[in-house]
Amino acid sequence: MNEGSNVVEMSKVSKEFGQGQVRALEDIDLEIRPGEFISLIGPSGCGKSTLLRIVGDLIQPSGGEIVVNGKSAHQARLDRDYGIVFQDAVLFDWRTVEKNIGLPLELMRWDRRKRSERVQELVNLVELQGFEKHHPWQLSGGMQQRVSIARALSFSPPLLLMDEPFGALDEMTRERLNLELLRIWEQSGSTVIFVTHSISEAVFLSTRVVVMSARPGRIVGVVHVNLPQPRTVETREDPFFADLIREVRQLLRKGGGFEAEEPEDEEQFIVAEENL
Amino acid sequence: MSSTVVEPIPRGTLASRVGSTLWDWLPAAVVFVAGIALWEGLVRGLDIQNFLLPPPSDISQTVWTERDVLWSAAWFTFQEALGGWIIGCAAAILVALVLARWRILGTALMPYLIAANAIPIIAFAPITNNWFGTLNQSSKMVIAAILCFFPVVINALRGLTSVRPQQIELMRSYAAGEVEIFRRVRIPNALPFIFTGLKVATVLAMIGAIVGDYFGGSQDALGIQIRRQAGVFAFTEAWAAIVIASILGILFYGAVAAVERLTMGRHPSARGAE
Repeated sequence: MNEGSNVVEMSKVSKEFGQGQVRALEDIDLEIRPGEFISLIGPSGCGKSTLLRIVGDLIQPSGGEIVVNGKSAHQARLDRDYGIVFQDAVLFDWRTVEKNIGLPLELMRWDRRKRSERVQELVNLVELQGFEKHHPWQLSGGMQQRVSIARALSFSPPLLLMDEPFGALDEMTRERLNLELLRIWEQSGSTVIFVTHSISEAVFLSTRVVVMSARPGRIVGVVHVNLPQPRTVETREDPFFADLIREVRQLLRKGGGFEAEEPEDEEQFIVAEENL
Repeated sequence: MSSTVVEPIPRGTLASRVGSTLWDWLPAAVVFVAGIALWEGLVRGLDIQNFLLPPPSDISQTVWTERDVLWSAAWFTFQEALGGWIIGCAAAILVALVLARWRILGTALMPYLIAANAIPIIAFAPITNNWFGTLNQSSKMVIAAILCFFPVVINALRGLTSVRPQQIELMRSYAAGEVEIFRRVRIPNALPFIFTGLKVATVLAMIGAIVGDYFGGSQDALGIQIRRQAGVFAFTEAWAAIVIASILGILFYGAVAAVERLTMGRHPSARGAE
């Protein structure tokens, strides 16, 4: 494997919150190649969202090394090498759909004409034609999340970080957006790191599923998903699909994923750090 | 993939925000007319002495006959209020920006700002009269400015800092610096809060200017007129001056509310921070 060509390389990455009281992540080694669709799955509080934020240089690791696009995570953030999508769409209420999508382009000082052309492309990509002038509160949850995805893709970043983007949506919207995301992934050719709670979603979307243990989060195992591309509605009925689900479940069990849940205070620590 | 067609959620309150229909105003108008009629009827029916409570008909007549004196006095005092409002609000917004940018300063000073907000600042009027000159309009502007400062600074700071952490994370993911985060997230987020403060401040500025006058001021000032007329038992004239002061206060508040609507007609939080 050519080392330099990896999009993300992590070695011995760890994270502690609150002066070592909470060990969120331990000993994370992971290499992600261009064009991969990687899911991170694990029980609540296993640090998968934290790991995603470490890749995005939004949280600093306590130890280990991380390289994004051949440079430090910090430099990769400054170079705008990734787009991020949260569980909450995080749209700005005072901006219309098109202005929300164009926000990164405004920050990158694209001129108005180029910007509106690009925004229109993205509106078409996520199929929100006719809603350009709407405000976020006029949209359904699924549409808001599509705006958020379009915004993350607006500047064509090589890496897309997604933190449970469909977690708050109903099952049907979620499956539809799964298919849509795969189509976008194929078209854009970017690498995706996708955090999820859902085993079937992880298997359906990914080329590899990284299974993490309960706190402190470690990688229990990696499942290669060799289902045919492109994935369709029938993929879920493939007998191999059920096998892969079983494999992920076994790994989750091995990592203590089905034991009693610990209180989820990871978010609180993230917020607390933010306010420092 | 099939696209979801979702109609925009109908906003029932949009009409009442952008401009109410006649019907929406009718109940309030009925209450106003009934209130005036009741006042007039009670004063006449119970034969209440003029120095206790003059009837509205006398007051409105005096407003009309004395209009030149009253309006020039009102304008004089309104300048004091407006000047103080501009100085106080501008200073408050600047201070709030500094305190929001360097959070440790905000944390250190916030308790004192809240405590200072509870001080009856109007009590300082005789002292500012002494500092800036009793007859000088600036002595009243100072009182009005200090009164305006605290609610605006507290509201603005709350608006600037009550940003969701993920909005900041998102901006950082775009490598946005502090200036961009203020310009595109914190300030737009704070606008409804700031306008709430600005509206409260209009009322405080009028109080500051008029009560400042009570402690001594130019013969042209409205507060002086009210005090002098009341002093010579010309209560109808005093009431007429109060009516003028009220009209000005309402217009001042309404003007700021109108600017708020123009700025953020479509901002959903325009209602939330009321």
